[in-house]
Amino acid sequence: MNTLVCIKRVPAASSAVTLTDDAMGVDTRHVGYTTSPHEECAVEAAVQLVETHGGTAAVLTVGPEDALEQLRDALAMGVRSAVHVVADSDAFGPADVARAVADVVGARAGSDDAVDLVLLGNDAADTGDFQVGIRLAYRLGWPVVTGVRSFQVIESAEGGRVAALGDGPDGVEHFDVPLPAVLTVKEGGITPRYPSLPGRIKAKKAPVENVTPGFEPAGSGRVRLHLPPEQPSQVQILGEGADAAPALVDVLEQIGVVGR
Amino acid sequence: MILVLVETQADGVELLSAEALTFARGIAASGDGDVQALVVGPHPAATLEGLAAHGVSAVHHADDERLAAYSAAAWAAAAIDAAKTTGATTLLAAASPRGNEVLAHVAARLDLSMAANAVTADAGTAGTLVVRRQVMGGAALEEVHLSGAAGAPALVTMAGHAVDPAPAAAPSSPSVSVFAPALTDADLVARVVRSEPVVNESGALTTSRVVVGAGRGVGGAEQFGDLLELTELLGGALGVSRVVTSLGWRPHHEQVGQTGSRVSPDLYLACGISGAIQHWAGMSSAKTIIAINTDDEAPMVTKAHYAVIGDLHEIVPAVNAEIRKRKG
Ligand SMILES: Cc1cc2nc3c(=O)[nH]c(=O)nc-3n(C[C@H](O)[C@H](O)[C@H](O)COP(=O)(O)OP(=O)(O)OC[C@H]3O[C@@H](n4cnc5c(N)ncnc54)[C@H](O)[C@@H]3O)c2cc1C
Ligand SMILES: Nc1ncnc2c1ncn2[C@@H]1O[C@H](COP(=O)(O)O)[C@@H](O)[C@H]1O
Repeated sequence: MNTLVCIKRVPAASSAVTLTDDAMGVDTRHVGYTTSPHEECAVEAAVQLVETHGGTAAVLTVGPEDALEQLRDALAMGVRSAVHVVADSDAFGPADVARAVADVVGARAGSDDAVDLVLLGNDAADTGDFQVGIRLAYRLGWPVVTGVRSFQVIESAEGGRVAALGDGPDGVEHFDVPLPAVLTVKEGGITPRYPSLPGRIKAKKAPVENVTPGFEPAGSGRVRLHLPPEQPSQVQILGEGADAAPALVDVLEQIGVVGR
Repeated sequence: MILVLVETQADGVELLSAEALTFARGIAASGDGDVQALVVGPHPAATLEGLAAHGVSAVHHADDERLAAYSAAAWAAAAIDAAKTTGATTLLAAASPRGNEVLAHVAARLDLSMAANAVTADAGTAGTLVVRRQVMGGAALEEVHLSGAAGAPALVTMAGHAVDPAPAAAPSSPSVSVFAPALTDADLVARVVRSEPVVNESGALTTSRVVVGAGRGVGGAEQFGDLLELTELLGGALGVSRVVTSLGWRPHHEQVGQTGSRVSPDLYLACGISGAIQHWAGMSSAKTIIAINTDDEAPMVTKAHYAVIGDLHEIVPAVNAEIRKRKG
């Protein structure tokens, strides 16, 4: 069972952002970077698969040199090796990322490192395209299940399968697909571990394979970014502390959520 | 022409699809023809009534017993067939899990671009659609120009609650055509094999008129008592920040925000939540936002309609007592 997990380096701004001068990106001079919570769950799942089924787990990113930081974070959680497709991820649209990942999976086909399962996040925290996993699956000709909350791999003489579940409009939905397959993971059912200190030390020495993409990206189609219209603060302070309770309940009555 | 992929529930058109139909009329008014609806598989009788209220000129119903269990690839095959026969220049869906998933399948199969989470879309010059869509959890909007032609429609999903769903000025009496989409076995591999209609609390969370929000300011797993009481007094649901779920204080299905649920209640009462953009992404469309926070400069306070400054563990019990007193 060999798993490949795809993660993306994304800005971790928690308050309003500002744009670069050309409005093609957000100004990241004062923000840190992170990986999406969905992808952290995917990394955790890959590590657990190795613990229960053996095989290998590798992490992949398409991103600039600095994205090594996010690869190291995943390695510290217990993934053994990394693939760094070195590229300006802003120049890559979702179809380009899918193509770059498919090229890596294709290059490993038939070898000991052949990939059985690709895990991605359901949507990237920055561009939120909701597509890379699905586009990848079509490139590979593999089945894809999105929005997976948790899953199990079932190995048998006829070949492996994945039993996955996620939240649908009517409740919990179950899927059962043969391997090889693509899954996109959503935060909620898998709790990512905190990297241990030995894990962090190991991660520094773990092998990272650098890959140059073998094609010109088509791009994301971004014309420019805009900031959402700024709302001037209109807050009415009802008071301080417990004394403000009657004023607050007056508002609740006015808007009709408590009746007399 | 704009073809809208419509999702249904027991009483007819889903809320987010009703929003998408409203949104589609806006695009149509900007110059892209009429609005038609696509319904895939079994659906309740009330659906047609709902679609007529939205003024659609035609309803296309993909009917095949293999569509009874949801499969995104099969729905995409149906959408591609319908888009081809109708010559739709835009294919629109709600940015629901299904809407995003099905349109991404269509995008992959037809090798087209897709814009997820649009908040505006207007007909541009030369058959383009000018779309602004949420990125970074809504902290910024990305402008993209999609070209839409018969056989290669612009693919767009509409962000939840970007418009209020409203019926058309004049209802229509749409034509209804039933068709059997071309499906292959490969389209049915990843399908729902079983579903458990569990009424989990996240269902209540997304439909409640009142959501009481709780953040790190609550202080610990054992300290939710007053907030749960307030939730009950208001007949609402509890929603929490990601800090609360990652610390294990409350289950993930209660999380509101970019990687949790999107809620749109009449009241969101945010207690001890700072108002990070990723949380705001999940509750900004609440009609009234009230913040209780010790910090009068927290974004949740400055962006709220009303606020009370102070310790939630003093304020919330006083509010509960006041509500009980008035209820008598
Ligand atoms: C990609 C990504 C996705 C994310 N997705 C989500 C998401 O879906 N949902 C989400 O919520 N977050 C999400 N986050 C995290 C988000 O950035 C914030 O870290 C989080 O929302 C903060 O939670 P909080 O407001 O509870 O905590 P804090 O930011 O720590 O705020 C606590 C607040 O409580 C107030 N306070 C403290 N004590 C009291 C008291 N006794 N009484 C009253 N007030 C008090 C403080 O003044 C402060 O304003 C995401 C982050 C990233 C990077
Ligand atoms: N540049 C990238 N490098 C690696 N994985 C990516 C990249 N962009 C997107 N992904 C993966 O694809 C998922 C969905 O992204 P998207 O379709 O862009 O919303 C993300 O959660 C990641 O797992």
